[in-house]
Amino acid sequence: MAKTNFEVPEITGVTEVPKIQPDSMAHLETFRAKPDFMEALGFPGEMPENWKEKAIEAMGDLLKKYRSFQVFLDACVKCGACTDKCHYFLGTADPKNMPVARQDLLRKVYRRYFTLAGKFFPKLVGAIDLTEEVLHDWYNYYHQCSQCRRCSVFCPYGIDTAEISMAAREIMDRIGVGDKYCNEIIGKVFRIGNNLGLPEPALADTLEGLEEDVYDDTGVKVRYPLDEKGAEILLVTPSADFFAEPHVDGLMGYGKVFHEAGVSWTLSSYASEAANFGMFIGSYENMRRVSLRIRKAALDLGVKRIVFGECGHAWRVAYAFLNTLAGPFDFLDPNYPVPQHICEFTWNEIQKGTLKFDKSANDDMVVTFHDSCNVARATRMGDKPGGQFEIPRNVIKAVCNNYVDMPEGTIREATFCCGGGGGLLTDDLMELRVKGAKPRMDALKAATDEHGVTHMAAICAICKSQFTKVIPYYGFDMDQIVSVHQLVSNAIILTGQGENDEDEESAEDAA
Amino acid sequence: MSFLTVTIAALFYAAAAIFLLGILYRIWRYATVPAPLKIATTPAPTTKFGVVLRLFREVAFFESLFKSNKLLWILAILFHYGLALVLFRHLRYFLEPVPTVVTLAQPFGKYAAFAMILGLLGLWARRFLIDRVRYITAPSDHLMLALLVLIGLSGAMTTFVTHTDIVALKAFIQGLYTFDLKPLPGDPLLVIHLILVAVLAIIFPYSKLLHGVGVFFSPTRNMVDNPREQRHVANWARKLEQQENS
Repeated sequence: MAKTNFEVPEITGVTEVPKIQPDSMAHLETFRAKPDFMEALGFPGEMPENWKEKAIEAMGDLLKKYRSFQVFLDACVKCGACTDKCHYFLGTADPKNMPVARQDLLRKVYRRYFTLAGKFFPKLVGAIDLTEEVLHDWYNYYHQCSQCRRCSVFCPYGIDTAEISMAAREIMDRIGVGDKYCNEIIGKVFRIGNNLGLPEPALADTLEGLEEDVYDDTGVKVRYPLDEKGAEILLVTPSADFFAEPHVDGLMGYGKVFHEAGVSWTLSSYASEAANFGMFIGSYENMRRVSLRIRKAALDLGVKRIVFGECGHAWRVAYAFLNTLAGPFDFLDPNYPVPQHICEFTWNEIQKGTLKFDKSANDDMVVTFHDSCNVARATRMGDKPGGQFEIPRNVIKAVCNNYVDMPEGTIREATFCCGGGGGLLTDDLMELRVKGAKPRMDALKAATDEHGVTHMAAICAICKSQFTKVIPYYGFDMDQIVSVHQLVSNAIILTGQGENDEDEESAEDAA
Repeated sequence: MSFLTVTIAALFYAAAAIFLLGILYRIWRYATVPAPLKIATTPAPTTKFGVVLRLFREVAFFESLFKSNKLLWILAILFHYGLALVLFRHLRYFLEPVPTVVTLAQPFGKYAAFAMILGLLGLWARRFLIDRVRYITAPSDHLMLALLVLIGLSGAMTTFVTHTDIVALKAFIQGLYTFDLKPLPGDPLLVIHLILVAVLAIIFPYSKLLHGVGVFFSPTRNMVDNPREQRHVANWARKLEQQENS
C-alpha cells in the first residue's frame, strides 16, 4: 500500500455517521491554474484589485441566469436531511463537507449582498462579508464536492449542491481563481482534442495495436476505425479508454459489439473525448465549446448516429445537455435517440439476438455493479425512468453467471460517488479521494463478506481510474475493478472465432 | 375606536400587503429566471403529468424527506399537517356563513394545535441535540421556531385556557374586509397571538419560510426528463448561438 500522510479510514461494511470534526479538511487545497490556462478559457489570469466587487457581480449575473442557483440559495430551511448524505462528510467528518454547510459558504455571502435580512441583520441570519478567508473556504470546499447529486435526492426541495458548487467555481474563475486540474484539461481538449492530450498519430497507433491484440486473441479481424467518413456511428468515448486499465478492455468490447452487430463505426481524432470538464467548472460557454466539437465531428464524418462510451459525467452532458448545447441534431437518423449510450446499444443488440455469449468466460468472477453517480442521478437509459440502473445490470447479467448487488442505500439513486468525480481526480487531492471512497468501500466489503464478490464493474472512466488507485488503500486489489464492456468482451463469441483454431487443428491432424 | 383596534388593524393591513406582494415578487422572480439546462434529479418523470404527480408527492407527503430521515419526517409531518388543520379550522373566523366542512373539522383542528406544537418542539430539540444540525443552525432558525411555538401556544391557550370572545373577534375580522373597523376584544393572549401572526406574515417572503414557494420552482423536481426528445434552450443561451450565426 502507498505511504500516506493521513489516516486511512477503517472499513467495517457499514458506514457510520461520524461526529463532526470542524476544519479537519481545511488544509486541503488543490493546485491553482496558471494564468495562461485561465486565459485560454476566457478567464482573467490573475485576481483583479477589485476582486470582491467582481465576485459579487458574477454572483448577481448567475442569479439572473440560473433558476436553480436562485431557488436553491433561498429555499433551504436547514432541516439537516442532507447532513449525513455526502460521502466526503462520511469519510472526513469535516462539517463543511455536509451539503448544507457547503452551500452555506456561498449562501452566507448571498444573504449579505442580495437579501434585505442579510443587509440589515447579518448576524441574525448568519450573513457574512466576502473576505479572503471566505474565498479560501470557497476554493477548498467547493473543490471537495464531486457534484454527485446524492444530496439532491434526499433534500425535500431538491436542492442540488452540485449546482451551487458549479456556480462557485464559475464565480472564482471569473476573478482569476481556478483550479489547475480542470482548467488545464479543458485547455488540452481545445488544443489537441482530448483530456489526455493524445494527438491523432498516437490514437491511430493505439487503435492499430488494439486490432492486433483482438486478432491475436480471437483470430477475428475486428476493426477500430479512426476518422472514417461515411461510417454509420460516431463513437465518442473518454480518452482514458485508449490506454488506461481497465478502460481499454471496455473499448475492445465496444468494438466487438459493433463488429457483431454489423454496423460501421468510427472514432474521431477531432472529438476524441467524451468527457466535458466545462460542466465541472460550471461554465456554460466552455461546456458548449467542448460540446460543439462533437457536433462538428458528426457533420464532418457524415455519420448517422452518435454513441457514447462508458463515462459518467460525460453521459450526463451527452444525455441531458448535448441537445441543448450543440443541437438540434436533425441531420442524424431520427430513428435513434441522440446520443445513445453504449449500454443501450449493446442491450438492444442482445435483445435482438445478434450477439452470442459464452457466459462461462466470466465464471472466475462474482461481479457487483457500481452505479456511477452522474449516470444514476442525472440521466436515463432506454425509455423508462430507472433504465440507467436496469440496462447496465441487464448487460452484465447477460454475460456473467454470478452477479449480486451491493447493499440497498448504496446503489441506484442512493449510490455513493467513487470519491474522484467532479474534477477532483488529481493526486494533490489524494487524501480527499481516499476518504471520500469510504462509503463505497464499506458497501463493497459488505458485498464481499456476504456474497464473495470478487469484482466491481463500472461504466465511468473516472470511477475506474479512481477505484484502481484508491481501493488498495482499503486492502482490495486494483484488478478487481472492471469495465462493463470488458465483461462483454470476455464473453462475446465473434462470428468466425474458433474456426481458425479448428482449421489449424485439422491441419495438424492431416500432418 | 380604541387605540388597540386601530393598531392591530393597521398591522394586519400592512402584514397582508407585505405578505402578498412579497410572495408575488418571489414567484415572479423564480418564474422569470431561466433554467438553461435540464437538471431533473433522476429517475424523473418523462411527462408533464408525471411531474405534477412528483411535485404533489413532494408537497403532500414530503417524499424526499421520507427517503432521507424517518424521525425528521415524522416531526415535519406533525408540524405541517397540524398547521394545515389549524389553518383550515381558522377559516371559521374568516368566512360567513361557515362552510360545513370547516365546522366538521373544528374538533380535529383544535387538537391539531398540539400536534403542531409537538412537532415544532421536536424540530427545535434536533437543533440542540444533533451535532450536525447544531452546526448549521443560525440565530434566526431558533427565532423562527420560537415565533411559531409562541403562535401555537398563544392560540391554543385562547381555545383551551382563557376563552376569547369569538363573536367579537369574527366581527373585527369581517370588518377588516370592508374597511369598517369593529372593536377587537382586548384579551392579551389574543393580541399577542395576532401580533405574532402579523410578524410571521411580514418575514415570510424574505426568509427561509419561503421554502413553501421554492419547492414548486425547484428545477431538479419540476423538470420533465426528456432532453433527448425535446430541445431545451434558454433565451440568454440562444443569444450565444445567434451571435455566432450573424
